[in-house]
Amino acid sequence: MKRFTCDELVEVITAYLEDALDQTARDGVQAHLACCEGCERYVEQLRTTISVLGDPPPEKLQADVYDRLMSAFREGQRS
Amino acid sequence: MGSFAGGGLPPDDVVVPALRAGDEAMFAALLDTWSGGLLRVARSYVSTDHSAQEVVQDTWLAVIGGIDYFEGRSSVKTWVYRILVNTAKKRGARESRTLPWSDFEQDGRAAGLGEVPPGGWKEVPAAWPTPEGEALASEVRGLIAEALAGLPPRQRIVITLRDVEGCTSDEVCAILEISEANQRVLLHRARVAVRGRLADYFESVKQPE
Repeated sequence: MKRFTCDELVEVITAYLEDALDQTARDGVQAHLACCEGCERYVEQLRTTISVLGDPPPEKLQADVYDRLMSAFREGQRS
Repeated sequence: MGSFAGGGLPPDDVVVPALRAGDEAMFAALLDTWSGGLLRVARSYVSTDHSAQEVVQDTWLAVIGGIDYFEGRSSVKTWVYRILVNTAKKRGARESRTLPWSDFEQDGRAAGLGEVPPGGWKEVPAAWPTPEGEALASEVRGLIAEALAGLPPRQRIVITLRDVEGCTSDEVCAILEISEANQRVLLHRARVAVRGRLADYFESVKQPE
C-alpha cells in the first residue's frame, strides 16, 4: 500500500474521486483519510464544492433568439 | 413547450430521426435542455452576454443545417457541444480573446498547490456551515460564479462541462479533444481553486470583527 503525506494526497484527490488510481494508491488514500481529520474534511469540502457547482442559476436563451431558431428549424424542414 | 422538457431527453436514435422529420417539439426540447449549458460554456470564450447568445444561436443553426449529415460517430450532445466550442473559439479569436490552445498542456504542469504545509495540516480546515438558508445559498452561488469567472479559461471550460453541466470525462475529452490525464489535471486545478474561494469566504463570515 502506498503511504501518502497530506500534500501528496491533496494532489491525487481528483484522480481518486474519478476512480483513476490503481488499487495500491486507492488503498493508500483510504487509509490516510481514515486517520487524518484535515484531509478528511478537505475531501468533504471538495465534495460540497462539486455539489454546489452542479446547482447553477438558470440560464436562458433570449426570447428573440429562441423564436428565430424555432422558425429556422421550421423553414429548414420545409426546404 | 416541448413534451420532453423537464424530463430527460429520449435516446439519440429517437432524437435524430425526429429532428430530420421536422418534429418541432423535439427541437424545442433540445433547445430547452441544452441552451443553458451551451451559454455557460460559450461565456468561457467570449466577453459579453450578447456574444454568448450569438454563439449559441449560430451553434443551433449549424445543428439544423447539419442534422441530415450527422453520422452518429459521437453522441448528439457531444456533437452539439463540439460545434459550440468551434463556433465560440472563432468568435473569441475575432474578439481577440484568443485562448492559447497549444498551451493546453501547461495548465496541468503547475507546481504543487501549496495547500497543505509540509508535514501535514497545521490547522484542520474549518467546518463549513450547511448552505441551507436562502441568503447563504445565494451568496455561495454568487461566489461560485465569481470563482469560475476568475479561472484560467481552459480550467473554466473543463469544470463547467464536468461539474456544472454534468458531462462525463469521456464527453469532455471528445468535446475538447484533450487527453484523459489532461482533462483530470485541469479539473483538479479548477476544483481546488473554487474550493479555496469558498473556504476563504466561510472563514471570513465566521469572524465578523
